[in-house]
Amino acid sequence: MADLQTSDPSTDTEPRRRFTQPGRDGVPALLVKVLFLGVVVGTAIALSPALVGNGSWFFLGAIWVVAAILVATYATGRALPAKYLVPGTLMLALFVVYPIALTAKTSFTNYGDGTRNDKQTTVDQIVGSSVTRSADSPQYNLTVATDGDPASGPFTYFLVPQDDPESVFEGTADGLEEDPSGVTLDNGRVTAVDGYTILNIKQISAASDALDEIAVPTDDDTFIVRDGTSEAFEGAPTLVYDEDADTITDTTSDTVYTVAKQGDREYFVDGDGTRISDQSWTANVGTRNYERIATDSQIRTDFAKIFVWNVVFATLSVVGTFLLGLLFAITLNDPRVRGQKIYRALLILPYAIPGFISLLLWSSFYNRDFGLINDLTGLDVNWFGGATTAKIAVLITNLWMGFPYMFLVSTGALQAIPEDLREAATIDGAGGFAGFRRITFPLLLVTVAPLLVATFAFNFNNFGAIYLLTGGGPFTPENPTAGGTDILISYLYRLAFGAGGVQIGFASAVSVVLFVITGVMAALQFRATRSLEDVN
Amino acid sequence: MTQVQGPPPGATIVEDAPPTEAGGGRRRRDPAPRTKMPPGRWFREIGWRHLVGVLAVVWALFPVSYLVSASLNPLGNVVTSTMIPRSFSLDNFTQLIDEQPFGTWYRNSIIVCICVVFVQLLFSTFAAYAFSRFRFKGRRGGLLALLLIQMFPQFLAAVALYLMFTEIGEVIPAVGLDTLPGYILMMCGGSLGQVWLIKGFFDSIPMSLDEAAMIDGASHVQVFFRIILPLLQPILAVCGLLVFVGVMGEFLMASIFLRDEGNKTLATGLYGLIDADRSNNLGVFAAGSIMTAIPVVLLFLYLQKFIVGGITAGGVKG
Repeated sequence: MADLQTSDPSTDTEPRRRFTQPGRDGVPALLVKVLFLGVVVGTAIALSPALVGNGSWFFLGAIWVVAAILVATYATGRALPAKYLVPGTLMLALFVVYPIALTAKTSFTNYGDGTRNDKQTTVDQIVGSSVTRSADSPQYNLTVATDGDPASGPFTYFLVPQDDPESVFEGTADGLEEDPSGVTLDNGRVTAVDGYTILNIKQISAASDALDEIAVPTDDDTFIVRDGTSEAFEGAPTLVYDEDADTITDTTSDTVYTVAKQGDREYFVDGDGTRISDQSWTANVGTRNYERIATDSQIRTDFAKIFVWNVVFATLSVVGTFLLGLLFAITLNDPRVRGQKIYRALLILPYAIPGFISLLLWSSFYNRDFGLINDLTGLDVNWFGGATTAKIAVLITNLWMGFPYMFLVSTGALQAIPEDLREAATIDGAGGFAGFRRITFPLLLVTVAPLLVATFAFNFNNFGAIYLLTGGGPFTPENPTAGGTDILISYLYRLAFGAGGVQIGFASAVSVVLFVITGVMAALQFRATRSLEDVN
Repeated sequence: MTQVQGPPPGATIVEDAPPTEAGGGRRRRDPAPRTKMPPGRWFREIGWRHLVGVLAVVWALFPVSYLVSASLNPLGNVVTSTMIPRSFSLDNFTQLIDEQPFGTWYRNSIIVCICVVFVQLLFSTFAAYAFSRFRFKGRRGGLLALLLIQMFPQFLAAVALYLMFTEIGEVIPAVGLDTLPGYILMMCGGSLGQVWLIKGFFDSIPMSLDEAAMIDGASHVQVFFRIILPLLQPILAVCGLLVFVGVMGEFLMASIFLRDEGNKTLATGLYGLIDADRSNNLGVFAAGSIMTAIPVVLLFLYLQKFIVGGITAGGVKG
């Protein structure tokens, strides 16, 4: 390097200014730049009306901020590093950091099954579902259509009044619109609409839950609701919402329903506490979710138990795979061993097989009666039947999946250790194991420690290893939510999406706690290994 | 700066030159000239290594052998599958291709993998270039933040991502939930995943190369694409492979994001297959696994000498 530098006078005299005088970009580069920024701004403009129409203010803001950042970065000649950092950083911000922030925000709500909508929507649905038919209420021929997915919507009603088969209305929860465009009318019924898919009877009954929530408001305080698969009627609701008093009154019985808190949710209830509907709405619950983690005795016991196993699982996985990988690496690293290449090629095979395949395959190995493990060893162990054996099974599997990586890492690190150091140690009388323990291993650890920390962090949240292998089980009858091999993240998954009702707000709080735990653990370990001081 | 210099990937890997005679040919290790070792000593010094090596290979390969055997077993269930193939039949393979949308899964997986690998390598290389070649405010902080953020699995924010893409889908259905582009976009959140590895390699390329090119009138963009990128090939190959395997095996987000049969990837598709009947679909699952793993394994073997150096270089630097 030294001779190179002296032969280059610019670095000697002005080391700080070496990047100030690069050549200029040519015409093609400029064209690419203009084209790219044009596409970015064009996309932002093109999407804006739809975003405004949908009320997605956040995305509207986000898309223009992104466009502004890109233009500011690439249209000017300043901030050179930013030009290279912006693309990846934007992706990271949009699809990793923002979701983390959103998770944190959701953790302060009770969002979940039965509380997915805001209060206004919930009230509309409750009122809409009470629409009853009167003797003279208008009937419509109904066609259900969607411009999205036939199973999840959003759905639009195309309505033809039965007493006026020439006119057509388009109805959504937002209201009624006369004479929509692109409609094909056939025999008093809408049969096709441009840009929409018409649902058939089967699809309508599959989506009936979502359709039951649709009540199309009309001008005179009435609603149009579905009546079977092909008809709809217009009627007045028997429930009336009074916004000022925040009450719902049943006009047939004069019962007044007021908002009351039951559990962590609010409902409209009558004087006896009977709910008008099981629908609640998203509400801020402050730190309640966090308090629940800290105080709920069941969760606290589960959490503590799972946390301990989680740490044990991650630690043993790292230590086990490292020791095994290191053993193989040291054994085979002697240049006198013939066929090193072949050994190496065969030993990294498990690493090259996609993880889900290995995990599913291994889960079949533990079958009590026909599984390979019992078959080969002659044992009759019910691996997934007991918590301890299931834990051992998980560890064995992870040992198999993880050791090739450690083998690769150790091999590379061993080869990076200068030969003379070991020779010097031998000359000083530290042969064999002593030489390894005092010279090779510490040097190796310097190289490998950051990777061990990263592996620990990976295994700490290694959902796949648990979910695909044991599903978190075995479970005991008295505690169906926390299984014997559950780690925090698989426990969280069950809380968020499990059969016992989706509690997203609560699960988000668990997520945040997990974020913090992982971060603190990683930071502590990095501190311990001091590897961060070498960041350059 | 007490940095330990790592090996430039590929360069320091000891190549196995075939020894001309047993025990000889390595001057640095055996300074004294020597004739053939007695068997006892040979075993103490080298033979046991082969013993451990063979045990290691058995440990590494017995599940693979079972996988191959199960895929060739015409009955295709857990009960009759054994370690060593007892019968040969391609029934499972034909069944997989004829009766399952295996081609669709394969195609989807390849599309996702190629897109994500491309974006991740490009963006990571860009960022690594900035981190390695420029000194700017927040550089160190940025590098450390990157390290920490990457430790959080995206899955922890799965619910938020789900809600987010539901909303995006309402405006742009093409990148919403249950679409391949949406899934790809979500996976691109990890597009800085390889920065540390590539930066480690960057640091070993002398800066004087860039400078010389700039003195000759090259712009930054030209330096990057014409001078540096070609030199990065080994580490790009390694990172590409690591990302490829990672994306290929990504199961969780795919199972949340991709529900429609036509959108499934190999991971969710094959999972559905074996989940439907854990015992009897084993053969078909094994056949699918073999067909998934073979290209990856071949690539791995082809690139293995880069991989050893690449992973360690990243570790040394990071």
